[in-house]
Amino acid sequence: MNDPWHLLIDLAIILILLLGIWRFTTPQTARSGNFTAAFALLCALGVVFYGNSIHAPATVLLALLAGSALGSLVAVRVNMIQIPAMVAFQHGAGGIAAFLTSFVELARDSGNLAPVGQLSGVLGIVIGAATFSGSMVASAKLAGVTRQTPLILPWHNWILGATLVGICALGLLAGFASGPAVLYGALGLILLASVLGVVFAIRIGGADMPVLISFLNATAGLAASFCGIIIENRLLIACGATVAASGSILTHIMCQAMNRNLFRVLVAADLRPATAAVQVHESSAPPQVRAAAPEAGPPAGSTPIERAVQAVRSAQTVIVIPGYGMALAHAQFEVAKLADRVKQLGKELRFAIHPIAGRMPGHMHVLLAEAEVDSDLLFDLREINADFPRTDLVLIVGACDVVNPAAIHVQGTPISGMPILAAHEARQVLVFNMDEKPGYSGVANPLYADPKTILVLGDAKATLGQLLQVLA
Amino acid sequence: MADLVLMASVFVVSFVVGYLLISRVPPRLHTPLMSMTNAVSAVTILGAILLFAVETTACQKVLGALAIALAAFNVVGGFAITDRMLRMFHRHHE
Repeated sequence: MNDPWHLLIDLAIILILLLGIWRFTTPQTARSGNFTAAFALLCALGVVFYGNSIHAPATVLLALLAGSALGSLVAVRVNMIQIPAMVAFQHGAGGIAAFLTSFVELARDSGNLAPVGQLSGVLGIVIGAATFSGSMVASAKLAGVTRQTPLILPWHNWILGATLVGICALGLLAGFASGPAVLYGALGLILLASVLGVVFAIRIGGADMPVLISFLNATAGLAASFCGIIIENRLLIACGATVAASGSILTHIMCQAMNRNLFRVLVAADLRPATAAVQVHESSAPPQVRAAAPEAGPPAGSTPIERAVQAVRSAQTVIVIPGYGMALAHAQFEVAKLADRVKQLGKELRFAIHPIAGRMPGHMHVLLAEAEVDSDLLFDLREINADFPRTDLVLIVGACDVVNPAAIHVQGTPISGMPILAAHEARQVLVFNMDEKPGYSGVANPLYADPKTILVLGDAKATLGQLLQVLA
Repeated sequence: MADLVLMASVFVVSFVVGYLLISRVPPRLHTPLMSMTNAVSAVTILGAILLFAVETTACQKVLGALAIALAAFNVVGGFAITDRMLRMFHRHHE
């Protein structure tokens, strides 16, 4: 592993990979960045095939082809709502590959491994297997195969703790054992770690999914790194570490966007009310919101759609706030059409995207890109939040928690202190939501009761369709 | 020991450089980024292929082939989906 040529080649491949990531700054350059990263992996594959004589090349090729065919088939067919489930599933596939490789290496060669190699093999198995089972749970939740709500077992933290202690004990035993004990220890670890992943993932749900999926991204990278230490391969270590860094950053950003720390999201989730709605009293709404009356009051007795049409017609500046409810209603194409129509009417229209809108980091951006919304119209919370007081109309589609003013004005709720899009500061608010129920956090939204808010309840695809018909 | 130091420094340097580079990625690219890094994490495919360069039992070969297939699924699927997403972003600028 240590001859200088080998080192140089590995270094070059790592540099190509980093160059690929470096290109991820605009959608235009990111595409070549993606190709560059893929090229780096291709080079690595070439080096492995060139430098080693492979027994059973037919088996290797067959496995490669089968996996690649399945991968490309799924990549072509998946739509953007399914992306989080798909990515979670792939984290799981990466986890399996990492723990299987570590396991075989450990079982094959336990007599000759250095203690560090043996220990990191154990770690690779544990992290890989836990990533695998956790990702399968996450993927099932995201794909709608199982319920999205958190499932909390009795004594959940105790079960989690006991599994962890068991893994540590068995891991130390297997890490320092020799002979067949290593094999049985490793098998036991795979089992325990899989249980850990499931117990860990089942109680995370709904709007916390972006944190879970980012976290699994990081652990999949870590598993690859530890697998790299046992087989003494620098490329695995480097690539795994880069992925772990990426997952850590995304996890941190998602937690920040919810103003919660990682520990509370992942381990102490049962502290928050999952089903019981937190009531927000009328008096807790900010006084300035109460005082601001709509400038062009719609005639009384008209239907919500008529009032909505009038609101859109009289507005000059419009900001659209999409939430995951929009994707659930498959309404992103209607939203895109509405945006086109509103712009045709000569109005200024932008989209405000909350970091946790959707089910994984940046999910809302790809959902809207699929509906052919111009990505230049999309603005992040920090870029656009100061503009709401100057905005005539805010159009909320399927979002609740990310526009809930209770996050600012009420203490002690699960969303208190969470940065929100300041929709309540606009002159008029139009809400296209399924119902008036609170969002995932369970905190009632005082914005719905505001006199300047027009609520158009029901399936957003249908209600937006009606609005479009009148505006056309 | 020298190996261990080398491996530890490879990990640390890659983590830090990766961290610095990825901090610059704008939120609109976070989904493609995760999908791409996901494909990169299946670099374990190299390890799985290397299992076929050493003596293994039949059972271990089966596990190795399974690891190769799953990692290949992850690599190819990950890069292909990322490209599809980025093409969607691209459409308005052509």
